[in-house]
Amino acid sequence: MKNKEPLILVVVVAFTLLTYWLVEPFAHSQMHKHVESQNFAYADLPALTKSGDAANGKALVTGAAACIGCHSITKDGVPAGMDAVTAAGSYGVNPPDLSNAGVIYDAKFLADLIKNPAHALNVAHKFDAAKGQMHPMIAFAGAGGDIDQEVADMVAYLQSIAVKADQLTPKMAFEEACGRCHTMKYENWTQLGTKPEYKFEKESLAYDIKVLEYQEALTKYMGKLPPDLSMYFRSRNEHFLSTFIENPQSQLAGTAMPRVGVTADAAHKVIEHMADAGDTKRHERESVGKNVMIFIIIFAIFALLWKKQVWRDLH
Amino acid sequence: MAHFTKATSVKDWLNQRLAIEKVEKVMASEYWIPKNINFLWAMGMVLAITFALLLVSGIFLLMYYQPDVKDAFYSVNYTIMRDVDFGWLWRHVHGVAASVVFLIIYIHMFTGIYYGSYKKGREMIWISGMLLFVTFSAEAFSGYMLPWGQMSYWAGMVITNIFSLGGLHMDGLVEWIRGDYVPAQAFLTRFFMLHVLLLPLAIMGLIGLHFAALRLPHVNNQDGEEIDFDAESKKYLAGDKAGSKVMRFANDFMSKDMMVVGIYLIFFFYLVFFQYGFALDPVNFDPADGLKTPAHIYPEWYFLWSYEILRPFSVNIGLMAFGFAQVIFMLLPWLDRSPNAVPASRRGAFSIWFWLLLIDMIVLTAMGKLPPEGIFSTIGLVAALAFIVLWIALPFITMNEKKV
Repeated sequence: MKNKEPLILVVVVAFTLLTYWLVEPFAHSQMHKHVESQNFAYADLPALTKSGDAANGKALVTGAAACIGCHSITKDGVPAGMDAVTAAGSYGVNPPDLSNAGVIYDAKFLADLIKNPAHALNVAHKFDAAKGQMHPMIAFAGAGGDIDQEVADMVAYLQSIAVKADQLTPKMAFEEACGRCHTMKYENWTQLGTKPEYKFEKESLAYDIKVLEYQEALTKYMGKLPPDLSMYFRSRNEHFLSTFIENPQSQLAGTAMPRVGVTADAAHKVIEHMADAGDTKRHERESVGKNVMIFIIIFAIFALLWKKQVWRDLH
Repeated sequence: MAHFTKATSVKDWLNQRLAIEKVEKVMASEYWIPKNINFLWAMGMVLAITFALLLVSGIFLLMYYQPDVKDAFYSVNYTIMRDVDFGWLWRHVHGVAASVVFLIIYIHMFTGIYYGSYKKGREMIWISGMLLFVTFSAEAFSGYMLPWGQMSYWAGMVITNIFSLGGLHMDGLVEWIRGDYVPAQAFLTRFFMLHVLLLPLAIMGLIGLHFAALRLPHVNNQDGEEIDFDAESKKYLAGDKAGSKVMRFANDFMSKDMMVVGIYLIFFFYLVFFQYGFALDPVNFDPADGLKTPAHIYPEWYFLWSYEILRPFSVNIGLMAFGFAQVIFMLLPWLDRSPNAVPASRRGAFSIWFWLLLIDMIVLTAMGKLPPEGIFSTIGLVAALAFIVLWIALPFITMNEKKV
C-alpha cells in the first residue's frame, strides 16, 4: 500500500497556512490603512538655512520675557516659574523643561515650533484665533534682527546644552517627550514624574490628588485624558507606534495629540522604553524559547526512534 | 466479599483490590488499534496533550489572576506578565494552546468526516466529540473574558447581546446572563467560575465519555476496512505481530502518537515563543473601556465561520442561520444516508461535498474577520448560503450512493 502520509501532511499544512494568511496578515492589511514611515524627515517643515550661534541663542532664550517666562532649563540653573499643577491649570499642560530639547527634538521642528507652534505641532485644527482660541505657546515674533538667524541661534543653544545623543536613555526620551501628557502606571510614571515611595498613605494620597488635579486640567485641554502607555507596545505594533509618533494625524485624523517632533533616534528610544514597560520579558522569552526548542527537537528525535523501534516488529 | 489472599508483592496486593492487570489490558495492552491508520489518528493524543498544557498552565495562572473588574487587567498584564517569574510563559502557553487546540479539533473533526468515522456504531463518538466542541467553545469564550481587555469586554457585549436581537428580543435573558445591564463585575465573576470550574469539569467528563464511546466500535481505519478484532488480536497474541491487522494501543500505537506529539510540540512551542500574535490579540492589551468601542470587533479565528453565518443576513434570518450552524454538525450521522463507512475519496459526490464544505468554511472564516464591506460582504453572503445549501443537500446526495 502506498504511503499517503506525506500527501496528507501537505494538504493539512496548506489549508492551515491559507487560513492563517487570510485571518491574520490579509485581514489586518484590509482593516488598518498602511502608513509609510517618512523616517522622521519632517519634509513639510522648512530647512534651517542659517547656522546658529549658541551664545547669542542663550541670550535670546533666557532673556527677559522670552522662553524662560514659561519654560524651565534646570541644566542652566533656570527653575520653573510655577509647579506643574499650576502650570497645567494655566496652559493646559505643563510646559517642558528645555534642558534636553536640543537632542530629543528635530532641529527643523524646533525652529518651526518657535516661530509657529500650532503649525509645527500639527494641531492648527484645534485653534481658531477668531474665536479667541490661541495655542498656549506664544509664537516668537523676533527680537529685532533676522528672525531666521535668531531662531537658528536659539536652536543651537538648546543643542549645546543637551546631553549627547548616546547619553539620552530610552527612559529620558519617553519621560521628556511623552510623559507630561501620558502616564505609564507599570513604570510608576505620572504626569508629575515618577511617583515616590511614601511611608504613609496620607502622603501617597496627597500625591495622587495632585496628579488628579493635573489630569483634570490636561483633560480639559486635550478633550480627553491621554491614555496610559504601559501596554501600548503589545496593543499596537512597532510600525504603528513609530508612524503615529512621527505624525499622529496620519493614523488618527483630527486627534488632539500633537506631533511631538522627535528625532528618529529619540523616537526609537521612546519605543524601546515602551517595550521595556509592556514587554519586559522579551529577552528572556527569546533565550528560554531557544532552549525549549532545542529540548523539544531532541524529544521529537527520541520519540521518532522509539516509534521506529516499536514498529519494526509490526511490519 | 471476594476472597483475598496474602499478597506476594505490591503489584499482587493492588491487583487483588484494583485489578490493575485487567485495567492495563483493557486500557492499553489489549486495546486493539488497526494498523492501517495515518498520523491524523494521533490527533486525539495531540488534543489530550494540548488539554493537559491548558490545564497545567491554567492552574499556574489561577494562582495570580484576580477576577475583579478593577484588578483583572492588572493581574494579567502586570502581575502575571512581568512580576511573577515565568508568568509570561504560562500565559503564552495558555493563550496559544487555547487557539491551537481549535486547529487540532477542526483537523480531528474533518478527519472524522472524511473517513466516515461517525457511522455504523460510531455515532456516540461523533456526538460526544461535538459536545466537546461546544464545551471547548464555551470554555474559550469564557476564558477570553478574563483579561478584561477591550476585546474581552466588547466580545462579551456583542455575543451576549445576540439573544436580544430581532424577533428573539429576550432582553431579560441577556440581563440574566450578564447579571447586569452591561458586562460588569457580576459578568466577570460568573464567567470566571464557568472557566475555571464548571466547564473544565464538563470537558473532563465528556473526554471520559468520548473515550468510552470509542471502546466498543473501535477506532476506524483509513481504508474503511471491517476488521475482525477478535481474530486479529488472537493472531497478534500468538506471536504473528507482523501478520495481524491490529496492534496494541500501548506501546505500539502510543509510540506513533508520541512521535506525532513530538513534531506537534516543535510547532506549538515555536508559536508560544516566536509567533503568538494570532492568539493574543493586540486589541486585548488595551483595558476594557465601556465608552470606547473598538473600530473592529471580531471573535477569535475559530468562531469566525459561524459568526459570518450570522452576519450577512437580515437580523432574524441571520439568527436562524446561526442557530442552524450551531446544531447541524451534531446531526451528521443521520444526515449522511449512505451505508458506506469508507474514505470520502471512494464515495463519489460525497467527496465533492467534503471538499466544498472545507473550502466554504475557510472562506467563511476569512470573511468573518474582514470588515463587512463591498465584495467581502457579497462573498460572505454567498459562502453562508452555500453552507446551508450544502447541509440541506447532504441527505439527497448520500441517499443514492452505491454500496462499495
